[in-house]
Amino acid sequence: MAKVDVGGFLREISLDLCPDVSVGEYVLIHTGFAIQKVDEEDAKETLALLQKMAEAI
Amino acid sequence: MKFIDEFRDQEIAKGLIEKIKKSSSKSIQLMEVCGTHTVSIFRYGIRGLLPDHIKLISGPGCPVCVTPNSDIDFAIALCRQEDVILTTFGDMMKVPGSTSSLQVEKAEGRDIRIIYSSLEALRIAKENPEKKVVFFAIGFETTSPTIAVAILHARQEGIQNLFFLNSQKRIPPALYALLQSRQVKINGLILPGHVSAILGTGPYQFISEEFSIPAVITGFEPLDILQGIWMLVKQIEENRPSVEIQYKRIVKKEGNPLAMEKIETVFKKADGNWRGIGRIPESGYRFKEPFQAMDARRFEVVVEPSKEHPECLCGEVLQGIKTPLECRLFKKACHPENPIGPCMVSIEGTCHTYFKYQ
Repeated sequence: MAKVDVGGFLREISLDLCPDVSVGEYVLIHTGFAIQKVDEEDAKETLALLQKMAEAI
Repeated sequence: MKFIDEFRDQEIAKGLIEKIKKSSSKSIQLMEVCGTHTVSIFRYGIRGLLPDHIKLISGPGCPVCVTPNSDIDFAIALCRQEDVILTTFGDMMKVPGSTSSLQVEKAEGRDIRIIYSSLEALRIAKENPEKKVVFFAIGFETTSPTIAVAILHARQEGIQNLFFLNSQKRIPPALYALLQSRQVKINGLILPGHVSAILGTGPYQFISEEFSIPAVITGFEPLDILQGIWMLVKQIEENRPSVEIQYKRIVKKEGNPLAMEKIETVFKKADGNWRGIGRIPESGYRFKEPFQAMDARRFEVVVEPSKEHPECLCGEVLQGIKTPLECRLFKKACHPENPIGPCMVSIEGTCHTYFKYQ
């Protein structure tokens, strides 16, 4: 089990399905379980791509 | 980065809409499979932002909505047993069965408890060893591994009084059935982000390979959805159907192998019964042999014959064949305070979303 900050509230969730996480990382939670890590690099890449597209218009 | 506000940027959204307008020439219909997508699309007014020739239709991805009356009737029969505590996700409470609902049963004194996680059912079972605790297990591939984990914990800890009324569904076989029926024109699929966080891209390959239909696994923020639509438009215009991932910050090609392993340890594929659609091959799960003692369907209870409201169009709405606006009951006899079909109950249900935003 792990404690996560959900919009300012601390919640206890299970890491049974996503054990490989460290303090400070973001996870996707579904019905009390972390089911996937949020990949910051990929998020930045997507945003950079979108930004570039919007500027090109 | 909080991964939410960044994906709601108005300027980037405007750019994406322009891009979609410029690169699309064909008249197309895209289906958003997932109810959470339907909610986002309505909340952010995305339908109104797209050019007239791009139409969005809603699909079967609401787990409450696809649960057939016969399963709700079974849950009601179970909760009427003196020694049973029925646990369920909150959304199921108001869904009408053939003649009653869990909410009505609770008001009449049955021990029905709303839970947020399968692990709470495990806790309730431990705290009430003299009772049989049944979890009404609904959900798609996002939820199934969490149910499998509760089952594995129960077995490991020797819990004997926890049972599962299994009504879980698998999304890819339902999409297969939908595409095969050809009842609705679908030029592209906006695939569910969180189901795909578990599945990855593998189970969807048939969509492009067998049906030549483009598909994009998409996130739920407005920029995610607009980018997903733009990726579909590009695939369609360039005539290169494939399964792509827009929601890269969450969905990996291989999905979540550990979660899949949990599902496969506990369940085997079996036919699933979908509301309004009927039996779809391999679209559900059955317990594997070592876990069959936890199957609540083994309880000897009298389940009333199942019947549905003759005018409710949930079945057609779930397949994108009709919209809620075509239903005679919509906003008249059927509304969130008095839902007649499950699509008006669930916050992810298409009728509920139309009621709230249309």
